[in-house]
Amino acid sequence: MSKQSNLKVLLNGIIKENPVLVLILGTCPTLAVTSLAVNGLGMGLAATAVLLGSNIVISLLRKVIPDKVRIPSYIVIIAGFVTIVGFLVQAYAPSIYEALGLFLPLIVVNCIILGRAEMFANKNGVLASACDAIGMGLGFTLALLCMGSIREILGSGTWFGMRIIPESVQTMSIMTLAPGGFFVFGCLIALVNFFLMRKGKKPKQEAGCSGCPMAGKCAEAAEGGCK
Amino acid sequence: MEFAKNMMIILLTAILAENFILTKFLGICPFLGVSKKLDSAVGMSAAVIFVMVIATAVTFPIYVFLLDPFELEYLETLVFILVIAALVQLVEMVLKKFMPALHRALGVYLPLITTNCAVLGVTMLDIDNWDPSISFGVSFGNALLYSVGAGLGFMLAMVLFAGVRSRLDSEKTPKCFQGMPITLIAAAIVSVAFMGFGGVVDGLFK
Repeated sequence: MSKQSNLKVLLNGIIKENPVLVLILGTCPTLAVTSLAVNGLGMGLAATAVLLGSNIVISLLRKVIPDKVRIPSYIVIIAGFVTIVGFLVQAYAPSIYEALGLFLPLIVVNCIILGRAEMFANKNGVLASACDAIGMGLGFTLALLCMGSIREILGSGTWFGMRIIPESVQTMSIMTLAPGGFFVFGCLIALVNFFLMRKGKKPKQEAGCSGCPMAGKCAEAAEGGCK
Repeated sequence: MEFAKNMMIILLTAILAENFILTKFLGICPFLGVSKKLDSAVGMSAAVIFVMVIATAVTFPIYVFLLDPFELEYLETLVFILVIAALVQLVEMVLKKFMPALHRALGVYLPLITTNCAVLGVTMLDIDNWDPSISFGVSFGNALLYSVGAGLGFMLAMVLFAGVRSRLDSEKTPKCFQGMPITLIAAAIVSVAFMGFGGVVDGLFK
């Protein structure tokens, strides 16, 4: 593959096929860890690291892994990288490790990672897969950072711990709680849809079935998506 | 009496105060994907309860008797996801062979559950809640009960939300809010309702 197309693959993940806001994948961590911008950034980077590692290894092994057991093999590779990244985060950023809690090991079942393995890494070369991983990972990080920033500024009046809104102003603390997560996510997708429609494209209406690694096995997906 | 009280606290906490979907954000994908019709919402959540309980029943002893004594805690993620993936396949085969009626009802949802973060999440939370000073029988019972509660909470949220969504479909929403955005905003409002359960469990059993 030429350099140009690798760059295109990389940019594709960040903007045009942003995994969170356009493809609507990986919703659980997006909602759960973004009460502070720094947690969103940490989660995004951790997932990017796992995605990069798993995409490279799966792309290297794509001719070795038998088709029938590919999903379990992918899961093992991903779980290995998740464990490594978990150790790294615990050692170098213990406060983020505490804040992410359960959601750090749960990167294993993040559909973005398994989805990219199934849709991209097992069909493409190593370099292209690495570019795809970086693009998708940065897209995920960017979306999480964006959500985290909005929720932290509105909910606690700070951004990365710096005070943005003066303390005399009452902040909307509900933004840092569960309902705020759903609300901000809904509004962000609506905003993306608004821009997509202005460019004359049809926005995605439903939860991502095409990105779901189980789509091949899922009877509902064959009938036109989860209904 | 004390025993029954403890059971009620675990169950009600898992169902209401710490609802998996609406306060813990576990299992959002099926929540948004399969909650459109009431019957599929019920089918999906029944399958989730089923797999959650079986997964806990298998992973909890593995952790207590294998991983913990040999100091292999760091393999938790790897072992649990593999066990769950294998288990779901096994359950599907057993159901197909011996209980075809149940397989017809739950079968389509089972493959989706392998990579469902609610199932992996509940097994890991059970380990987090594990207190080695309590006898294995009691802590195993508590873990199973917590899984049942988590599954029932999942079902409650799915069923409630299926009702909300059937109303949403007939409403006129701005074009860019149609579909996913308005669903998420409705979920925000349902989740506000669940915040109200925050102190209920503590208050009931004071």
